[in-house]
Amino acid sequence: MSKITGAEILIESLRREKVKIMFGYPGGVLLPFFDKLYDTKEPRFILTRHEQGAAHAADGYARATGKVGVCIATSGPGATNLVTGIATAYMDSIPMVAITGQVMTTLIGNDAFQEADITGITRPITKHNFLVKDVKDLANTVKEAFHIARSGRPGPVVIDLPVDVQKNSYEFHYPKEANIRSYCPTLTGHKGQIKRMAKAIEKARKPILYVGGGVIISGAEKELAELVRKTGIPVTCTLMAIGAFPGTHKLNLGMPGMHGTAFANHAIQDSDLLIAVGSRFDDRVTGKLDEFAKHAKIIHIDIDPSSVSKNVVVDIPCIGDAKEVLKELLKDIKKKPDIKNWVAKIDEWRKKAPLRYKNDDKLRPQYVVEELCKATKGNAIITTEVGQNQMWAAQYYTHDKPRTFLTSGGLGTMGYGLPAAIGAKLGKPDKIVFDIAGDGSIQMNIQELATAVQNKIHVKIAVLNNCYLGMVRQWQELFFKKRYSHTFLDTCDSPNLVKLAESYGAVGIRVTKKKDVRKAIERAIKTNNTVLIDFKVEEEENVMPMVPAGQAINRMIGGMA
Amino acid sequence: MAKFILAVLVENKFGVLARISGLFSARGFNISSLAVAETEDPSVSRITMVVSADEKILEQIKKQLNKLIDVIKIIDLTQKDCIDREIVLIRIKMDSKTQDRLMQVLDNLSAEVLAKSKNSVTIQEVGDQKKINAMLELLKPFGILEIVRTGRIAIQAEKGE
Repeated sequence: MSKITGAEILIESLRREKVKIMFGYPGGVLLPFFDKLYDTKEPRFILTRHEQGAAHAADGYARATGKVGVCIATSGPGATNLVTGIATAYMDSIPMVAITGQVMTTLIGNDAFQEADITGITRPITKHNFLVKDVKDLANTVKEAFHIARSGRPGPVVIDLPVDVQKNSYEFHYPKEANIRSYCPTLTGHKGQIKRMAKAIEKARKPILYVGGGVIISGAEKELAELVRKTGIPVTCTLMAIGAFPGTHKLNLGMPGMHGTAFANHAIQDSDLLIAVGSRFDDRVTGKLDEFAKHAKIIHIDIDPSSVSKNVVVDIPCIGDAKEVLKELLKDIKKKPDIKNWVAKIDEWRKKAPLRYKNDDKLRPQYVVEELCKATKGNAIITTEVGQNQMWAAQYYTHDKPRTFLTSGGLGTMGYGLPAAIGAKLGKPDKIVFDIAGDGSIQMNIQELATAVQNKIHVKIAVLNNCYLGMVRQWQELFFKKRYSHTFLDTCDSPNLVKLAESYGAVGIRVTKKKDVRKAIERAIKTNNTVLIDFKVEEEENVMPMVPAGQAINRMIGGMA
Repeated sequence: MAKFILAVLVENKFGVLARISGLFSARGFNISSLAVAETEDPSVSRITMVVSADEKILEQIKKQLNKLIDVIKIIDLTQKDCIDREIVLIRIKMDSKTQDRLMQVLDNLSAEVLAKSKNSVTIQEVGDQKKINAMLELLKPFGILEIVRTGRIAIQAEKGE
């Protein structure tokens, strides 16, 4: 067998993993790899303007398609610039392989130029990482990295690749399977536990399904829909699970937790059976832990054993893939629980405290999101930044399909939305992709406008511009006597977002009046270019309802009286 | 908080110990002692760790360790019939006045004397925690200058025919 270089082995291995697209930024120690890339059509390489943009784009691609996202950056600062993107993917269990260049093996540990111990740095924010010291290990490492990234509870994997390993040659043999003796995720649930779950569900009088991102990851939306059809149990989808169950369904209660709906939170608190599927009892969902669903028996289906009984003690745990477990569970449920009164009670709560805002003649951010939903018929892929824009997007855009709402839930990374939109658009070119942004967070990765324009990746951006770091300002208003310490951005004057968009070769539109919202959105959709709409919204609008930090989730500001 | 002994079998690769210690510090778990060495299979290392935790934290420690790709197996030796040993090296103060009494005590303990000087005696002791702690109590009045302990190692006991 003839030998090929490490750089060629890497490209060939990526092809074997069916990687169609990768995002990144070149640099000194990656020169051998980029030289081979010069003649490579597939995988297609997208040059971002910052490594963080590359990581988020790979993440957005992964969330939109369910495939492994791939990003690549050079050693030292290139690699450390990926860190926020890797941590973002880790917190939300997103399959990603991040490849970093490294200095020559003989120089590692010598404080060489552009050297950083990236395996050390990323250890706590990756599912696993590798430093490849010998070219003969490279193909195997890539195989294992992809296997680890996409299986079990997915997550990011870093491959650190020294420059000499890219240059050295070895016979290429790509393994058929990754064989890792210490890694074998449990997929099928325990039969006995599934039977116990079925019994508990049949007997329940006030059950609620608390669904998390795991349902989307495992592709269990059909099984979930079938479970609801069969039992009539109402559903609350966390931020990560938006789209796992149709938003237009009458049994969908919306989001639970801090900015969830009052009726979802009351339903959780009053329930006698809480069925958690692929969710992890995050503090933004549970609020005060010892008050959380304290009358309920708790079922927890999750692929990660360490998620079970971590925050809340679980009565019936079941380790396994959500899709597999739900399939079995459906077979074991023989009769519909008697929950008519319960559903009626929740409907009453819904009428008493619906999701609402003051819909007057002012330009309010919630209205913009609602119009965006109408104009795209709820069919767009929405990415968000973090803060008020994210919560309004979650509350007022109704998603019926999974993998259409992409947001940094766990880490809460500002600057995620634009690069993620670029990744999503490349993964789903037929979809309209909108980044719902704030004027603060859009500026964190604004440079990726150039990536979108250069590569004709036509994403749309709706900036809910309130001239503030809105969510922090909201907390300052409510809990710090309106002392707006360093949250005023004055994005009214600087930068001029319309001109900024135009300077990148994108289209900029400014909207200051309510009556112009729909027109602007429709124009953005029709325009065959990247478009940024600068919505000058009410400056001091708040996200409501709201559970103050550390409170029980039924004690909401703007909730039920 | 109680003490628990875990035997953790891991891939014998660089960086594995860093993954484990990193996990403990990141999640705020406490390690009381740690002993690492190769096993009968050179591709596998065995880490014997004593952790202080309550039942709930112990559960998380085991689950989080299991999540690490390089961790092959975790054996909780706390509840099991296990034999545990520790080596301790101790330097004790000694002068002409205390010499006879100290040597008598050491002789009663059957402690192995490794080195002797005018001012001190250095001994080795092997045993389980109870034995070593009892011995330290007996030696304290003489003045302990330095103690070096290996941390506990443990193996499951196989007894009977």
